[in-house]
Amino acid sequence: MSDMATENFANLAPSNAQKFRMRVLPFVLFAAVAVLIPLFGPSRSAYSLLNAIGINIVFALSYNMLLGRAGLLSFGHAVYFGLGGYAALHAMGMIENADGGFWGSVPVFAMPLVGFAGGALAGAVIGWPSCRRAGTAFAMISLGVAELIAAMGFMFGSIFGGEEGISGDRMNGPEVFGLSLGPIGEVYWFIAFWTVLAALLIFAFTRTPLGRMSEATRDNPQRVEFVGYDPTRVRYLVFIAAGGFAGLAGGMSAVNYEIFTPEALSLLPSGFVLIMTYVGGARYFAGPVLGAIVLTYMQSNLSDFTEAWLLYLGLLFITIVMYAPNGLAGIVAGLWNGTRATGMAYLKTWAARVVAIAIAMVGVIVLVEVAVRKSNGYGEVFEPFGLHLTPGSPLTWALVIVPLIVGLGLLRHLARDEQEAGA
Amino acid sequence: METVVFSLLNGVIYGLLLFMLSSGLTLIFSMMGVLNFAHASFYMLGAYFAYTISSVSGFWLALIFAPILVGLVGAATERWGLRKVHANGHVAELLFTFGLAYLIDEVVKIIWGRNSVDYRVPELLDFPLFTLYGTQYPAYRIFILFVAVAMLVALWLLLKRTRAGLIIQAALTHPEMVGHLGHNVPRIFMTVFGVGCALAGLAGVIGGNYLVTDPAMAISIGPIVFVVVVVGGLGSLEGAFIASLLLGLLQTFAVSIDASFADIFGWLGLGETTEVGRITIASLAPMLPFLMLVLILMVRPRGLMGDRDI
Repeated sequence: MSDMATENFANLAPSNAQKFRMRVLPFVLFAAVAVLIPLFGPSRSAYSLLNAIGINIVFALSYNMLLGRAGLLSFGHAVYFGLGGYAALHAMGMIENADGGFWGSVPVFAMPLVGFAGGALAGAVIGWPSCRRAGTAFAMISLGVAELIAAMGFMFGSIFGGEEGISGDRMNGPEVFGLSLGPIGEVYWFIAFWTVLAALLIFAFTRTPLGRMSEATRDNPQRVEFVGYDPTRVRYLVFIAAGGFAGLAGGMSAVNYEIFTPEALSLLPSGFVLIMTYVGGARYFAGPVLGAIVLTYMQSNLSDFTEAWLLYLGLLFITIVMYAPNGLAGIVAGLWNGTRATGMAYLKTWAARVVAIAIAMVGVIVLVEVAVRKSNGYGEVFEPFGLHLTPGSPLTWALVIVPLIVGLGLLRHLARDEQEAGA
Repeated sequence: METVVFSLLNGVIYGLLLFMLSSGLTLIFSMMGVLNFAHASFYMLGAYFAYTISSVSGFWLALIFAPILVGLVGAATERWGLRKVHANGHVAELLFTFGLAYLIDEVVKIIWGRNSVDYRVPELLDFPLFTLYGTQYPAYRIFILFVAVAMLVALWLLLKRTRAGLIIQAALTHPEMVGHLGHNVPRIFMTVFGVGCALAGLAGVIGGNYLVTDPAMAISIGPIVFVVVVVGGLGSLEGAFIASLLLGLLQTFAVSIDASFADIFGWLGLGETTEVGRITIASLAPMLPFLMLVLILMVRPRGLMGDRDI
């Protein structure tokens, strides 16, 4: 009996090939993509978008250490991002003014480490009172602390620089890897290096006993306590680590933008990182990465096309919360698994659903765009593909109502089919 | 003396306004376990609906119909939104209301514009009621006082003296048992959510022209309402009432105190020109609610009068 059991357990463990495929290959690919991108000669604006994406990837991954892994919903994660960034900017200031000595030998390249220290320190101080409780109480404390720190940011001008913030200069101190960090192409290497390293470290963290215990604490704190661990302590340690990685992202941001304002500590960026992580998929390690890429792209490009991009963001977020709680990563994983299990049939219903959503989207977009232009009152008219859509014309209303009815009806039909197939 | 009397009056009025908002949120939070992030957005909707209705017909119709409209929107939100998300747990529900707050903000900006609208106090009430220490006191503020107290009494009677109130009170603490007894708990949830939103809408109708009606009004008051609910305690309207008045008075008095840290801690050697010394009590007023929130959650997680921890 016992032999058999042991044998079965041995079989349950992932084989070396599986381990390589699940744990090593994605990071090799990630690093390879990061290295290959400059070969295509991206433009300046592409570089600045890539840098923003890198920063947001680390920020969202650090947030997911709390939301996805430890089950802690925080409304104040930008506090650690901001404090880390401020720490890095102050360190950059000291490098600039250093006359030899310790700061004279510190490269700006290492600023994310300063950010990490700042964020982890803030996490250690603020986490002490907040980590005793999970769930809604934790969320409320994080909200209160975020409001307090943001208000303080505007109060202490010598540290936070008041309304206009503080700025720095990244082209000082010794160079690392021969990067002067002047041109944006060199900053890209800096961002890429720290993004890959931080992603690797955060993944390694989830494999440590502490990282595993944080997931156990999320699922069943009573049992964790029964087994002999202290859930408060587990949460606290994870909180410090998450604060540190958020600070690391803040340090990257400090070097990239060379400026930080107290706005960076406020509820708005905290809400944005929450949306990024959740839309990407908090249950998957790659989810926040996906969310950061998609939403940063949307933020920088969609805001050029439409003023109502925040409305679309809200709609996307609510749709994900209601219909796809595992986020974009969950959708991708579902597509992959479903296609492997049932083959083309699954792909077909999936494609039908995409078409239905696209049809409904036409109605929503026409409605929103026409409404935005009317509300601005400049007499501007929404003209997609040469159509002239004024608020009063019947064509506009037809383009709003017909796609909405057709799209939503089709979605309902598909959902009913699936239910019948399931039953 | 003069400042004390005026601060007292204004503080009580602000506190009652907060209570109108937080009473609905307390009911929703205690019963469904959902901290409705969009609650302040319903308050904003109330003000904007009232602005539109009153520009067509007049303030008094708006006073009746705007809260009803907001209540219907709230009930629809529960029926077709929140109930769907319920299966995914409290965090998903919280996130749903978070997204909803985002969405309502943007929709309001599109429909009514980004700047504040000219939602005015009705002419009938736009006169000084009495003169205190040579300063005229507007009648509208006393009107707010009356509406708030009337709502308070009506809510109290509804909850304590009617059968529906009995069921709601039972559902606050033992929703499963109420369900076992044959009541339609989802419908009770929907009704309470709708009524709670309608109360927030009413607060918007009478608060929108007293304060200001702009797209930022939800964000500015929303977190404070959470503080009231958390400080007051789960399942306790009395606690929410006390916490509202407390916060209202605290904030109003803090604004009127003209002292800096240097004046208070000068004996410790804190100079007037130092950065800490220059901070005034008045500038701390917006931070006080959050300080209170963090302290209460650390020291007494069930709030002032709550019957259970959050």
